[in-house]
Amino acid sequence: MTYFVQTRTTISGVSTALGAAILFCLILLPFFAGRGLIQDMFTILTMLVLAQLWNLLAGYGGLVSIGQQAFVGMGAYTLFGVVILGGVDPVAATLCSGLGALVIAVPTAFFAFRLNGAYFAIGTWVIAEVVRLLVAQWKVLGGGTGTSLPRDATGNMWFVDGIKALLNIKTSAARDVLAYWLALALAVATIAGIYWLLRTRRGLALAAVRDNIEAAKSVGVDAARMKWVVFLTSAFGTGLAGGLIYMQKARISPDAAFSVTDWTAYVIFIVVIGGIGTIEGPILGVLIFVVLQSLLADFGSWYLLSLGLLAIVIMLVAPRGLWGLLSERTGLHIFPVQRRLHGLGLETSEE
Amino acid sequence: MILSLKNVSKSFGALTVSDDVSFDVPAGQALGIIGPNGAGKSTLFNLITGNLRANAGSVHFEGRDVTNVSAMERCLTGIGRSFQIPQPFGTLTVYENLVVAATHGRNLSETTVLEDCVDILKRTELIERANTPASHLSLLERKRLELSRAMATQPKLLLLDEIAGGLTEGECQALIATIKDIHGQGVTIIWIEHVLHALTSVVERLLVLDFGRVIGIGDPDEIMASKQVQEIYLGIEV
Repeated sequence: MTYFVQTRTTISGVSTALGAAILFCLILLPFFAGRGLIQDMFTILTMLVLAQLWNLLAGYGGLVSIGQQAFVGMGAYTLFGVVILGGVDPVAATLCSGLGALVIAVPTAFFAFRLNGAYFAIGTWVIAEVVRLLVAQWKVLGGGTGTSLPRDATGNMWFVDGIKALLNIKTSAARDVLAYWLALALAVATIAGIYWLLRTRRGLALAAVRDNIEAAKSVGVDAARMKWVVFLTSAFGTGLAGGLIYMQKARISPDAAFSVTDWTAYVIFIVVIGGIGTIEGPILGVLIFVVLQSLLADFGSWYLLSLGLLAIVIMLVAPRGLWGLLSERTGLHIFPVQRRLHGLGLETSEE
Repeated sequence: MILSLKNVSKSFGALTVSDDVSFDVPAGQALGIIGPNGAGKSTLFNLITGNLRANAGSVHFEGRDVTNVSAMERCLTGIGRSFQIPQPFGTLTVYENLVVAATHGRNLSETTVLEDCVDILKRTELIERANTPASHLSLLERKRLELSRAMATQPKLLLLDEIAGGLTEGECQALIATIKDIHGQGVTIIWIEHVLHALTSVVERLLVLDFGRVIGIGDPDEIMASKQVQEIYLGIEV
């Protein structure tokens, strides 16, 4: 048979090499970068993880959630709970934070999946608020005012001594480097995992469910299961990111950990301006977000106003985000997922 | 009998769309369904495929009661369908639309279904459009995609919902040839169609539906000759 299928493009070969080089530099970054840059990079990486996971949920799964802060907060509080009450090492505790988010995600999905579209979005938000109010009642973890990680836990964290010796830095700086490396690992795992998913037949099924759920069911796609898989995966990863973010901050309060602005609104902004439904979009989006944040940080509420304005303009001018605009013009795909059939009589350059 | 409906009823509020419908389809038969707009033809399809659940009565497929089985599972047991208004997966290419159906509908890997998908695309003359996003297709191509995607699930029972509507005579003839070809391979077909000459050139049996009720079922010539049917179809030429 003369027909075969390819997802790889010529540019994607080059980008694989480039991506590996960038990853290599990022791993080695703590050896030559200052503490400020490491902290900024930590923020970028954790926001990238949140953005990729929201994109998986909304852009690929069609589940527009505005309650992601429930999983960030729950992940973070699980970490604090396990460290403070269980005496577990914070690094090990970050693994529990994903499970903590799942504990909330299962009942959330059970209720929210009865709703569609805008109702689903509002439903997830309401559930996140309920979780925040419940956590604020938890006196052992500081109630409404919050709490800090105990000094002996943060001082004796795994790997910190090794990093101190390796880079010849102070404990507090070594903690940031550790958090940065963990965030980098999480970001790489998230992107690789999503990319892998999209290239399997489940990825196609996900797109089919998003495009037309009734038709998807009629060709044998288990739409309900796809929704569950995507929702729980996203919650688990978001919980891990939440745990990591608050392990680095070492201080938590319900209002901060369950903030809809920080953990959902910014994340949606990143995905929308970058390009929803692509892996490249959130990467581009988070870079733009961080640049804007540092440029406009001193302007108070003008900062939020300009973010909103920019999001509106981009939605009108480029509904598929800046990456969508770019890849439409250039045909560039760093993470190609489209299966192209090659063979006799086929136009292969067609977009 | 590959398909048996017994006293199936469906209503939306006060509106009864399927009213005590009973009929059997032997394996390998091609059954046509006609009836005026709003007679409940598409609803009947949705009840057979599981996109809608009946309020009363039962649906049996290959002897198994599937009345409360989901659309997804009914597809896996061998019921394929096309939609009256084409429902392509718009962001996926034509080829990917078929791959979704073939891999999930038959629970096979992507590499296994490649040849089958290419084969179907050739038969439905969509092969040149294989890499085009489905949202860019013309109406005829969308209708062909509906048929191709249903075929990709390799159904034992294929339900076609007004697949010939809106096509030119030439396009219609090409479609009839494809459907005859599928039927010739032993696939049972139930076909809703307003284009009667297309329908009667394929089906061996005809069912008439009006206000959700079965008015008549049997030999196409006899059905079309009956007075009741002619009253319903007054003004429509055979």
